[in-house]
Amino acid sequence: MATVKESNNFILGLWDHEEVFLHAIEHIRHDGLEIFETLTPFPVHGLEDALGYRATRLHTAGFMFGATGTTLALSFMSWVMVTNYPLDIGGKPYWPLPSFIPITFELTVLFASVGMVLTYCVRNKLIPGYVPRIYDKRTTDDRFALVFDIEGKSATEIEKIKSLCSGNGAVEVKNRVFTENENLQS
Amino acid sequence: MHAYESDFREPLINGDKNYTIITDELVRPTEKTYRGWWLMLLVFGSLAGFFVFCLCWTVFYGIGVWGLNKTIDWAWDITNFVWWIGIGHAGTLISAILLLFRQRFRTGINRAAEAMTIFAVICAGMFPVFHMGRVWDAFFIFPYPNTRGPVWVNFNSPLLWDVFAISTYFTVSLLFWYSGLMPDFATIRDRAKGKYRKMAYNILSFGWMGTAKQWQRFESLSLILAGLSTPLVLSVHTIVSFDFATSVIPGWHTTIFPPYFVAGAIFSGFAMVETLMLIVRKVFHLEDYITINHIESMNKIIVLTGSIVGIAYITELFIAWYSGFLYEQFAFYNRALGKYWWAYTMMMSCNVLSPQLYWFKPFRRNLYITFILSIFVNIGMWFERFVIIVTSLADDYLPSSWSYFQPTWVDIGLFVGSIGLFMTLFLLFSRFFPVIAIAEVKAIFRISSATAKAERAKEAGKSNGGFVGHTTFGILDKDAK
Repeated sequence: MATVKESNNFILGLWDHEEVFLHAIEHIRHDGLEIFETLTPFPVHGLEDALGYRATRLHTAGFMFGATGTTLALSFMSWVMVTNYPLDIGGKPYWPLPSFIPITFELTVLFASVGMVLTYCVRNKLIPGYVPRIYDKRTTDDRFALVFDIEGKSATEIEKIKSLCSGNGAVEVKNRVFTENENLQS
Repeated sequence: MHAYESDFREPLINGDKNYTIITDELVRPTEKTYRGWWLMLLVFGSLAGFFVFCLCWTVFYGIGVWGLNKTIDWAWDITNFVWWIGIGHAGTLISAILLLFRQRFRTGINRAAEAMTIFAVICAGMFPVFHMGRVWDAFFIFPYPNTRGPVWVNFNSPLLWDVFAISTYFTVSLLFWYSGLMPDFATIRDRAKGKYRKMAYNILSFGWMGTAKQWQRFESLSLILAGLSTPLVLSVHTIVSFDFATSVIPGWHTTIFPPYFVAGAIFSGFAMVETLMLIVRKVFHLEDYITINHIESMNKIIVLTGSIVGIAYITELFIAWYSGFLYEQFAFYNRALGKYWWAYTMMMSCNVLSPQLYWFKPFRRNLYITFILSIFVNIGMWFERFVIIVTSLADDYLPSSWSYFQPTWVDIGLFVGSIGLFMTLFLLFSRFFPVIAIAEVKAIFRISSATAKAERAKEAGKSNGGFVGHTTFGILDKDAK
């Protein structure tokens, strides 16, 4: 279904200790190898720095959603109470700003949270029913994995990847080829 | 290492563990039915069924089937509402506030506590909704364009603020809880044997892979949701207290209510977390993950919040006397020594006196005492709401309309039934969902587990002439053999 032909041939390096794994990533990146994917069973601190990822902009999105909520709540309540249906409640002002604060706050939080979670799901490809490529089942259990794309790579390059992995403490290095059948599922 | 913790600190994961064992032990409860699960589901499911029956009865015959009268027009319904909402607050406190304060003991209990929050808010929401009477018109509480003017809801009313607060609170708690569950569902999926089980958990996991970029966004999302939930949880109970504090009823019209309600909510919520977690850790054999250390930490929060609540009770009494305001004085005299003295005594002894035992370490670390006291606190906090709501209304300005509240079977059925509903949801959760956040426990494994501490001690032992920091954890003795 993807328009770009996806690679089916990978090499998988598996580690069982996150500190060894972090050092391995530094060494492997230092040698100029491109890491296709990194899989861990839990959030490892310092992983995104080791991989050279830039910071996520999710919080910026959250701020913008929150600001939308604030604006919407304040302007809607003001419009209702001042323009659309002004009510004289014991001679009190038509625009009682202090009593707008609770709802404004709640809607800010609601918009920021819902918007951020939706953004998070879209960016992370988290959709109910989506079947991801599972490189190795143990990456959600007890293994930290680096995935290297070897489509069109020469035998010496492949050998270099393998030796770098096992030289840096990988407990297992293996080929992973996705069959047509597996691809159909995803 | 990225995080540091003194090795003299008591570990948060006991026993000789590694990641494989952690996955095994934490996923196992979802893979087989434990003894007595069906029996408990039957008992609490029937109660939940009775809850639905009482709701139908209420809708069919009207609110008149409750024990309310002209004087006491709010009683058990609102008591139950505030009680359940308060119970929910501990979940958010554990998952959000303790995350911001980097308290690692949250990882063992946050998942179940958040689930508890969601189920408690569901129970809470039932009461005001059905108190409306014509429940099919419940959507009137939302501002939507209509053909009646349009007439809008009153944005000045704390009751409307409550609508927004509770619905936001429910939504955000659900999102926070579920975003944490996705990676753990993926762990269950990747261990699943059957085809359908695999498919079901893949759908639940939203297709989680565990890539570095996913985790990076996950961490950012949890941190910001925690940052948003922290003021949210404080605002929710503040607004619940406004339902009373902004009225002009003596006994309700009190500026101390917001902080006092928030402390009480956290207090009762932690008690409920303890009640549930003590059972969960026993039934699922999770003693290594929900340790005595966790229980003690929660008991410390209980003695703190219990004492805050106690100070609030006494401050209220003092201010009532000091104000010189006749009606306020009457309300509080009546509350403590009037016809509801027994409720006041229950409240004082359960909420203020009983937690004082926790100043002593042996009591804080005793599971039996903790269990009994957690039940006491749950009872006491229900009575607190009853005392505030009913005693203030029962004897109003006009002696001819003074009244005494007596619950009907429907009132009792709705309260007991809501406990049934709550427990049914919790039982289903504990059977199919991981009750401990697997990924988060693994993330603190290298820092706070007994195994990691013992390894570090062994390393240190090599370099500094055999000094070993903590032999008391048992694990080193085993290695020595």
